[in-house]
Amino acid sequence: MTRIFVPNDTGARSVGADEVAAALMNAQVVQSGLATIVRNGSRGAYWLEPLVEIDTPSGRIGFANVTVDDVAGLFADGLPDQTHAKCLGVVDALPWFAGQTRLTFARVGRIDPLSLSDYRALGGFAGLERGCTMDAKAIVDEVTVSGLRGRGGAAFPAGIKWNTVRNANAPQKYIVCNADEGDSGTFADRLLMEADPFQLIEGMTIAALAVGATRGFVYLRSEYPHAAQIFGRALTIAREAGVLGPSVLGTAHTFDITLRMGGGAYICGEETALLESLEGKRGTVRPKPPLPALTGLFGCPTVINNVLTFAAATDVLARGAHAYAGLGVDRSTGTMPFQLGGNMQRGGVVELGFGVTLRDLLERFGGGSYSGRPLRAIQVGGPLGAYLPASQWDTPLTYEHFAAIGAMLGHGGIVAFDDTVDMAAQAEFAMAFCAHESCGKCTPCRIGSTRGVEVIQRLRRRENPRLQWQVLEELCETMEFGSLCALGGLTPMPVRSVMKHFSADLLPSAGGGSVTVEVGR
Amino acid sequence: MTIDPTREQAVIADLLAQTPTDAEHLLPLLLQVQAAVGFVSPQAIRQVAQAFNLSRAEVYGVVTFYHDLREAPVGDHVIQLCMAEACQAVGCRELAAHASQKLGVPLGETTADGHVHLEAGYCFGNCALGPTVRIGDRIVGGVTPARFDELLETLPGRHGNTRPVAGESAA
Ligand SMILES: Cc1cc2nc3c(=O)[nH]c(=O)nc-3n(C[C@H](O)[C@H](O)[C@H](O)COP(=O)(O)O)c2cc1C
Ligand code: SF4
Ligand code: FES
Repeated sequence: MTRIFVPNDTGARSVGADEVAAALMNAQVVQSGLATIVRNGSRGAYWLEPLVEIDTPSGRIGFANVTVDDVAGLFADGLPDQTHAKCLGVVDALPWFAGQTRLTFARVGRIDPLSLSDYRALGGFAGLERGCTMDAKAIVDEVTVSGLRGRGGAAFPAGIKWNTVRNANAPQKYIVCNADEGDSGTFADRLLMEADPFQLIEGMTIAALAVGATRGFVYLRSEYPHAAQIFGRALTIAREAGVLGPSVLGTAHTFDITLRMGGGAYICGEETALLESLEGKRGTVRPKPPLPALTGLFGCPTVINNVLTFAAATDVLARGAHAYAGLGVDRSTGTMPFQLGGNMQRGGVVELGFGVTLRDLLERFGGGSYSGRPLRAIQVGGPLGAYLPASQWDTPLTYEHFAAIGAMLGHGGIVAFDDTVDMAAQAEFAMAFCAHESCGKCTPCRIGSTRGVEVIQRLRRRENPRLQWQVLEELCETMEFGSLCALGGLTPMPVRSVMKHFSADLLPSAGGGSVTVEVGR
Repeated sequence: MTIDPTREQAVIADLLAQTPTDAEHLLPLLLQVQAAVGFVSPQAIRQVAQAFNLSRAEVYGVVTFYHDLREAPVGDHVIQLCMAEACQAVGCRELAAHASQKLGVPLGETTADGHVHLEAGYCFGNCALGPTVRIGDRIVGGVTPARFDELLETLPGRHGNTRPVAGESAA
């Protein structure tokens, strides 16, 4: 029977995929039993959603941006009508997909997210099955040699963290997955959990074998209700199939995972605040040391990693450390699922080996602005990341190259703004967001961010701009060096990038001659 | 949403009966209370504190920390407009201005008839298809001012309109 794929992820549904699926249910080909509907996950090409795909002998044929009104015309004589204006031809052959190096996202959109047989058919569990034959140290070594670094933002080497937990002597250890994904412009964790949830389960289980943990938690933000539903069902299916439980894949290992929801607090993405929250408390940041690896959840040694880090570990084990490390450049090994969003023509998840330039990504994949106006600023790395002017877009996307220009890759979110953006408003928002989300533990962040909003507002009103500029510089310095965690510590990054590269917006020349200020740094 | 105190107490007692009362379950329980009752009242805090053997101050501290937990009831429907960067880049500030004007309330407030509570959210993971709006558990992308007005019309309970919004849970 011909399969018709209609994505069932938050993004596709947000633009009408459910309505399209309902209309297809009534279509002649389905009613007559010639075709059946599969709710796959999205492939992450959000610019094409709702993307309906139909099996043919030459591959899956796609139709882009399908509406309910289009449904009747997708088929001609029971076959996909390839002359239809919205027909894309074979989806896998589209340059947007063919130009990517998809490891972590290899299965998304191709499979029914909750079908274990689909998952296995496309290589699922190969990593865990290999892990089951190795001893714990060998697994950790493999991850260390791969050079895999945390995908949640701080880019800490995963193998070193796992090794610390493995060597800790304790009766109970935990695996915690950080699925808080609070950064604006990032949605890869969500897509993975909705479109290929077993991969996260597999990755966490590999970590459990590597360090000797028997319990895991996934901390998922409440803004992702659909991911919660799908992932919750995946956990039940994995348990019933014996992937999770007293005997992982028939081995002597015990491991199970509990899904917990957050309460709408950005700071709970910070690992120690997340642990506090999992313990049922206010999500305030803990001072480090002690490291969570040694004194983590309920005081026990804990591996805490991002969704994509665990997911990448499945590929490291399935392909071998050296094959994984062969992708990327220098110490930025492997692939990164970049997320193109904001004012972008072709937004979505673009997974590539580290090292392509930002411009290449914006032009070849992003296709320029959505509005058709010139792009002006790109924010990389979420709300704590820098705004980059065009002169910096040739920077290769690696952790090191970005650090060198006072920016960061973070979780791989790339948000495009066209030339209508007021960068002073963006700088003010950076401070306002910090004030809104500060956990309140330390003064530079709690008070400094509110003062930061006020100072930028005064700058925007041109009240004594020279003085305000200096105050803002000093405030940024105080926040950077005086904050306990990176919320207060990194909020200066976007602010300074505006001061440095878009100073004209902060110091408008309205009401008389332009104010010239020495722009330091 | 309003609820009479006896009924509220019974609903919470029910939830408590199904939940272990060690500290790690406090936040999950409070989220359930929020979902079932619509807010976490001083009475609820007292009831929960007692069950968990915590001080009221401790529970209150948790309630006030998380944005999802509310201390007072809001409107029948909560509409959250994503006000984070990727949506800013495609006009969420203009959408917010329109929504406020249309409903006659600023972000963070409930309309006088108690029908809609309008507020800011910060990212629903739909950053390639903004501006994004959340209504109950439904996430809607590409929301123009005109689309926003259509969404308002589909909210049940106004002008006798009972057409439900697909995927919307009791807000
Ligand atoms: C304010 C703040 C917010 C953060 N939010 C997240 C998040 O949403 N998801 C995430 O994986 N890491 C987040 N992090 C990073 C975590 O603290 C931590 O580095 C990460 O969970 C470690 O996993 P990884 O090594 O696999 O990246 C955040 C850090 C800070 C300071
Ligand atoms: S920097 Fe801000 S969020 Fe981080 S610990 Fe200090 S007050 Fe809390
Ligand atoms: S920034 Fe609005 S959905 Fe992510």
